[in-house]
Amino acid sequence: MSVYLDRVAATPLLPEVREAMAPFLGEAYGNPQSLHAAGRRALEAVEEARADVAALIGAGPAEITFTASGTEANNFALKGLALGRQARGRHIVVSAVEHPSVLNSVKALERQGFTSTVVPVDGEGRVDPDDVAKALTPATALVSVMTANSEVGTVEPIAEIAALCRPKGVLVHTDAVAAAGSVALSVEALGVDALSLAGDQFYGPKGGAALYVRKGVRILPLVDGGVQEGGRRGGTENVPAIVGLGRAARLAARDMETRRAALEPLRDRLLDELPRRVGHVLVTGSRSRTGRLPHLASFCVEFVEGEAMLLSLDMQGVAASSGSACTSKSLMASHVLLAMGLDHATAQGSLVFSLVDGTGREAIDRLLEIFPPIVDRLRRMSPLWTEHLKKGGT
Amino acid sequence: MYTDKVMDHFANPRNVGVMADADGVGQVGNPVCGDMMTFYIRVDGDRLADVKFQTFGCGAAIAVSSMVSEMAKGKTLAEAMAITNDSVARELGGLPKNKMHCSNLGADALHEAIKNFEDRRAGRAAPPAPPAAGRAHDHEGEACSCPYCDAALDEGDKTVCRGCHIAFEECPACGGVTKKGDAACVHCGAPLRKAA
Repeated sequence: MSVYLDRVAATPLLPEVREAMAPFLGEAYGNPQSLHAAGRRALEAVEEARADVAALIGAGPAEITFTASGTEANNFALKGLALGRQARGRHIVVSAVEHPSVLNSVKALERQGFTSTVVPVDGEGRVDPDDVAKALTPATALVSVMTANSEVGTVEPIAEIAALCRPKGVLVHTDAVAAAGSVALSVEALGVDALSLAGDQFYGPKGGAALYVRKGVRILPLVDGGVQEGGRRGGTENVPAIVGLGRAARLAARDMETRRAALEPLRDRLLDELPRRVGHVLVTGSRSRTGRLPHLASFCVEFVEGEAMLLSLDMQGVAASSGSACTSKSLMASHVLLAMGLDHATAQGSLVFSLVDGTGREAIDRLLEIFPPIVDRLRRMSPLWTEHLKKGGT
Repeated sequence: MYTDKVMDHFANPRNVGVMADADGVGQVGNPVCGDMMTFYIRVDGDRLADVKFQTFGCGAAIAVSSMVSEMAKGKTLAEAMAITNDSVARELGGLPKNKMHCSNLGADALHEAIKNFEDRRAGRAAPPAPPAAGRAHDHEGEACSCPYCDAALDEGDKTVCRGCHIAFEECPACGGVTKKGDAACVHCGAPLRKAA
């Protein structure tokens, strides 16, 4: 039995999405910018997708720019908005738990003379809007805080943050890659000026992502080129990926509630049962069930290392992810867990289960059955566990 | 990403365990980089009669420890000292590049255990204190080493780890080496001055 619990890495492509894409990988190969029938067919499909993506977040189609990834959308937002606003000021505020595409975009801007303030998070990974307010200066051009975190699932108070920033004329961007398509989002209710999303987080293809930019907000292009995407992103459109993203967005809007209702109880079963069946397991992220993504259960298993758990799970057909140093190519423990105040040893035991639709109760039961012996085996190998037992721990 | 041999040693590690009355104990690594290894040896004459280990770490770290224990068992002390991290990686059919420095510390841990045995025999030192969980780095009286891979830093140039190619600066609060450009010190968490 193979169990896939790594939605944050990739979701399967829904059959309806693949079908919608198929013509554009075949006979419908036209370039959307061409005047002829082949071009018009492609353009129509791209614009239909734009409307579907806009509808998912309560935006207008003209406010959507397609990108190749969530990372590109975040780069575009941070750099494009900051550079477009630099006459006002060159200061940026971000949270400590942002995706590397946000944090490293800030670093790139710093090399061009921008300054930044990184606001902390609490032990559950949540940003305090007051900390954002305190970080604002007259030179602040842009605030970027993610909608929800993909490692611990904590949902951030974006509407409150935006309400503090917008009266001061500060632009607000939110990286909604982990949240969009899974939880209901409205750019009006959130009050944000820009929002990143990626279809490969909600059953669309890799390569289909988008940035929402509120009408009237100036953004400089990241990719200079021709007239595509209203001059905001040059380069021939990736028509199949855009069509796939659009169809995935349409289906997400339609099925969001049924998907949530199916996955939430399974997530809760994991959050309840895993710490009950294995000792010294901490739930990471929001303790409030409504304060976390409906499909994400995250933990730190003490005295063992994340990659060793992932390999052991994989040998028994279960796919999961971890923020341990060893699982990252950079060999650094998750900046998210460290920002939440966890020590290095505990952060090494990071384990993230993110559920895809169609996951059944039997899959979760299987995981709960195979997991305790895996941890037991690794702990018996661990000098940290031996040390813990020596100190009288159980 | 791992060879079959690595996976075999990860799934069925040889010689795991604690030796209550070991003749020598060696420890390397720290939880910052994610790998810690403890080696125990029993010495008979000048041969390693038994080798046991415990490892906290990734698949590579566990496989490396297991392979080292297998390579060392029955060898003379001199032969065991000749085992290198590179030869262990070779025996495992290779390791991913990014695991070569952080996880491939098994031979070092074995050598530490042998040195500990020799120190004890010469009446020089007490057994090493076990590293405290959660403490990032502690090098009182030892050579300064990389907080990410534990490789010793060049005394002449402590600004870069030759293994990880990470640039360092000295933390003004605790004096430890920490990654240049980071917002806070990896050891004590003190905020670092932004590079101009």
